Amino acid sequence: MACVSAAEPERQQKIRSWMGHFRLVKCSPGSFDACSGSCRVSLRTDAVRKMTVHNLYIFDRNGSCLHYSEWNRKKQAGISKEEEFKLMYGMLFSIRSFISKMSPLDMKDGFLAFQTSRYKLHYYETPTGIKLVMNTDLGVPNCRDTLQQIYSTLYVEYIVKNPLCVLGESLQSDLFSSKLDSFIRALPFFSVRAA
Amino acid sequence: MSRQSNRATDSKKMNSELFTLTYGALVTQLCKDYENDEEVNKQLDKMGYNIGVRLIEDFLARSSVGRCHDFRETADVIAKVAFKMYLGITPSVTNWSPAGDEFSLILESNPLVDFVELPDNHSNLVYSSLLCGVLRGALEMVQMAVDVRFAQDTLRGDSVTEIRMKFIKRIEENLPAGDE
Repeated sequence: MACVSAAEPERQQKIRSWMGHFRLVKCSPGSFDACSGSCRVSLRTDAVRKMTVHNLYIFDRNGSCLHYSEWNRKKQAGISKEEEFKLMYGMLFSIRSFISKMSPLDMKDGFLAFQTSRYKLHYYETPTGIKLVMNTDLGVPNCRDTLQQIYSTLYVEYIVKNPLCVLGESLQSDLFSSKLDSFIRALPFFSVRAA
Repeated sequence: MSRQSNRATDSKKMNSELFTLTYGALVTQLCKDYENDEEVNKQLDKMGYNIGVRLIEDFLARSSVGRCHDFRETADVIAKVAFKMYLGITPSVTNWSPAGDEFSLILESNPLVDFVELPDNHSNLVYSSLLCGVLRGALEMVQMAVDVRFAQDTLRGDSVTEIRMKFIKRIEENLPAGDE
C-alpha cells in the first residue's frame, strides 16, 4: 500500500519533484493519502450528513477526455478545461506507475482512490484503457462498483453499441449524458447540497 | 435452433439461423461487389476488426474477467468465455508452440457456416474471415498485437476448423503528448 501523508511543506515539495508529470494542485492542508490494494474509509460526522458526487471524468486509452459532468462543484481549478483534463490524466498515469514501482507487495488492482480532508477521488480502469474518475464526498465508501456499473450499463450500452458514436472522440450522445445524469442522481449517496 | 442470450437484464433469444443467413448475405454481397476473393477476405477482416474493438468492451462489461496475465490465460478466456458467450461454442486450445506464443483454436462446429457450401469459383475465399478480424481487433484493445488466420476450414475440405493465433507483441500504453 503506497501511503503518502503530506502534512509538512518540505515533504510536499519532495512529492512534487517525485511525481514528475503531476503537479500538486492546491491540495487542502491536511493529509493526502494514496491508497492502493485496499481502500480506507474515513467517516466524519459532518460529511456523512450530506454525501454527494462532485464530478465525473471519463478518459480513453489515449488520454483524451471523452466525457466530463459536474454536479456539485463549488470551486473550479482555475485553468482551462483542456488543461484540467490533461492534468488529471497525467496525474493518473504518474500515480499508477508510481504505485506499481513502489508497491512492497505484488500488485492486485493498483490505484483505487485517494482522499483529502474535503473530497475523495475514486478511480476505475478497464483492461481496454477506459478510465473513470469520480470525485465524491468523504462519506462515500468504495464506489468501484458504481464506476463499473457506469461503464457496463451506460458507456458500453449507449456509446460502444452505437455505431454512430466514434470511439476516441468526445462523446456527443445526448442519450448517454441524460442517462448518466439520472443514474448519478439516483445513487444512494447523492444529494444536492444546500448552498 | 435458438441461442440463449446470457444477459441478466435482457432475455431476448435470437434465432441462430437468422444470424447465419445474415452473415451469408453479407459475404454474398461482398463477393458481388468486389469479385475478387482476396479482396473479400480483406474486407471481412476489416469489418471484423471494427466489430472486435467494440465487442471487447461489451465482453468486459458482461463477464467479470479481469486483465489476463499471460497469453495462455488469454487463450483460455477466448475459448471458454468469449466464444461461449457470443457464438455458443467452446473451441479447444491446442498446438501450443514451444515458445508459448502461438496456439490453435479447434472449432468442432462453426455457426457462421451452417448450410454453407463454397462454390468452385470461390476456392480462395476464407468465409469466416470476420472472426479473424474480431479476435485481432478485440485483443488490440487490450494491448496485445496478434496475428490470426485460418489454418483449416471445413468449407475447404478439412475435417475441422482451426484458427491459428500468434502473439506478436505487447502494445505499450503511451502518455499523451505535452507532458510538463
